[in-house]
Order: sequence, then structure tokens, then C-alpha cells
Amino acid sequence: MTSSSNWAREAVSVLAKDVTSEFRTRYALSAVLLFAITALAVVSFSVSPYSLEPDAQSAFLWTVLFFSAMTGLSRSFVREEEGRTALALRLAAAPEAVYLGKLLFNVVLQAAVSAVVLPLFLVLMDISVPLPGLLAASAAMGTLALASSSTIVAAIVSRANSRGALFAVLAFPISLPGLASAVRSSAVALSGTGSASGDLMTLAAYSTLMIASSLLLFDYVWND
Amino acid sequence: MSFELSLDQVSRTFGSRRALKPLTASVSTGQVMVVTGPNGSGKSTLLKIVARLMRPTSGRVTWRSDGKELGIEASRTLLGMVSPDLTLYDELTAIENLAFFSRVRGVAGTRASSERILAELGLAGRGDDLVGAFSSGMKQRLKFAFALMHRPRLLLLDEPTSNLDEQGVLMVRGLIEAARNDTCIVIATNEPEEVLWGDFVIKLGT
Repeated sequence: MTSSSNWAREAVSVLAKDVTSEFRTRYALSAVLLFAITALAVVSFSVSPYSLEPDAQSAFLWTVLFFSAMTGLSRSFVREEEGRTALALRLAAAPEAVYLGKLLFNVVLQAAVSAVVLPLFLVLMDISVPLPGLLAASAAMGTLALASSSTIVAAIVSRANSRGALFAVLAFPISLPGLASAVRSSAVALSGTGSASGDLMTLAAYSTLMIASSLLLFDYVWND
Repeated sequence: MSFELSLDQVSRTFGSRRALKPLTASVSTGQVMVVTGPNGSGKSTLLKIVARLMRPTSGRVTWRSDGKELGIEASRTLLGMVSPDLTLYDELTAIENLAFFSRVRGVAGTRASSERILAELGLAGRGDDLVGAFSSGMKQRLKFAFALMHRPRLLLLDEPTSNLDEQGVLMVRGLIEAARNDTCIVIATNEPEEVLWGDFVIKLGT
């Protein structure tokens, strides 16, 4: 049995390979950022910022982040199948290291998108945040939740024919508990009233559960 | 270290279609087993089952090293495979590909060792080129580097000389002769010349 320290080292290798590939091809980042920025710009020009309550602002922010994730996070596995590199990866790498490496890559990608979208959202919608620390924490934990659910769904659909549609259909119900908690805790940060501790704990528990169950299931998903 | 591969009544079906009829065979270090048969007879399916990339519908595949049965985790370090279904990363250089696969296999691999094996395969001086810029024959040679770089005990070669020129075919012949002393080799092919490389031949689909 491969030790967990080996998994970690090999997962970092998978992450480094994916980051290098992404920088050279812009396979996922361009599509994700283009979608996120276009969606933000269209809505900010058509909706008066003052007409939206914090609940609606938060829902809008997470709608953009969720569909950005749906646009890009499946690609880490789809690229391996479409490029026919999955076989070499299956032969050489432990399944757990592949899952963790892909998860780390998706976390990095979604964090990069959030780092662009969140400030842009605040500027375009002219929003001042009463609790910026909570908004940052909600964004960080929501990003982890989205990446953890998207990664295993991406692995499941990567060998399917109509994988694009299937990914969104499968990812939505699986992501919903984490997404709902991220929307509520961000709404608290944007309104400055109420408590978000329950939602943040739900996000942490959701991500932990998703990652643990994915690690257990991944071998069956990845191999025949 | 001696290595033995055993297949006991191994078969595979996809739905109602039988892709591989029940097969029993064994091959050990120093031997070359050639699998041949018409298209669709199950040669590639058999190699994937042997590589433990695919579960057989029935039967059992056993890997033994010095008589001791090996688990699936041994595949990563003991198996080398060349297959038309296998592709390395176009957006990485040849050296980057070999370094990445060394790291995830958990085996030591240096730039010097990668350059050495590339030179042996006729790719000297091309290590820093992106694989996407390689010709199909060069990519086939690089697949051999991927398969051999960690000194596997079981080498599975599916259509090993596809895309190779005459020199490349000679190179593969030389690699097989060099590796066979401490490696168990299975070749799936329909090339008459390659069939002669085997110590014994299994004909599928008959």
C-alpha cells in the first residue's frame, strides 16, 4: 500500500503537471474567466446595484462562480480522456494521487477565478462589504466545496459521450448543499447582520465528506 | 528476480458481445509470448486485462515475483506498456514527460537518465522539444522510453512497431533482445516478422 506521504508527493506532481499544461494551453482558464467576466459585466450593466438586496447579491455572485466551475472544472479529467493520456496516467500513478492532484488543481483554478470575480463583482455592483473577512472565508470555503464536488463528478463523466451536459446535471444536486451554505454565509457578510458560523461549519463538513468519500470511491471510478 | 504472469480461464464480454474467449496461459522472465489474431479478436483487451487496467468478466490474472503473488499496487513499478491507446502529454517536453512519470511512479529519475534512454531510442538532443512537435514515429519511440525507464519486470507491447521506420523496427527488436533476460514480455501483433520474435504464439479468435 502506498503511504499517505507518497500520495501527497505524487499528488503535488500531478498538480504541477496540470498547472504547467494549463499555462501552456489555457485549456480551462480562458473559458472560465471569459464566462465569469461576461456574466458579471452583463448583469452589472442591466441591474441597478442598489436594487439588489444582500441575499440577491450573494445568490448572483455564487451563480456566476457555480457556472464558472461548471465551465472549467470538468476539464482536468476530460483533457486526459480526450488527449488519450489517461492510460499512461492510470499505468503510472496511484488513483489516490491522481484524485488529490486533480482536486488541488481544481481548487487552484477555482480560487484564481474567485480572486478575479469577487473584486470585480464588488466594484461593478458598487458594493461595500460590512464583513470582508467573512466574505473571504465564505469564498474560500465555497471554492473548496465546489472543487471537491466537481472533481469526482468530472472523473465520473469524463468517459461519457455527452460529458458537458452530464457534468452540469450531475454536479448541480451534489453541489447544492455546499452552494446553499456559501450563498447564505456570503449574504451575512454582505448585509453585516446575522451569524454565518453554522453555514461555515456546514461548508467545512461538506468538503470533508466529499473528499473522504471521493478518495474511497475514486479507484472504482478511475479504473474499469 | 523472476517474474511470472498466469492467466486462468480469463475472458471478457462487453454486454452480450464476447471480446475475449476464455484463455489460459503463462509466461515468465526470459520468455516472449506473442498474441496474434484478426481485428476484434481481443488482443488489446487481453493486454489491458493483463495490465490490470480492465477486469476480466471471468477467470483470474496472477502476477508472481519469486513465487510470491503481487497485488495491484505493484503494477506501477513493475509494468511497462506500449499501446496505440497510450499517448504522452503533447504540451510537455519529452524530458518533462519522463520526469513526471518517474515522480508519480515513485522511482528515481534524473535528467541524465532521461537523456540516456532518449539517446538509446534515437531521440538524442530532442529532450527539450515539446512532444506535440514530434512525428508519429518519434512519439512511438518516446512511448518505449515511458515503458522502459523504470526497468519493468513485465513488458506489454501492443503493435510495438506501428509508425516506426525500418531502423525503428530494428531498434525495437534490439530492445526486446536486451530486455528479455530480466523481463517477461507479451507482444500483441499481426506483423509476420514480429510473430517470429516470440518463444510461443497464442492465436486468438480461432
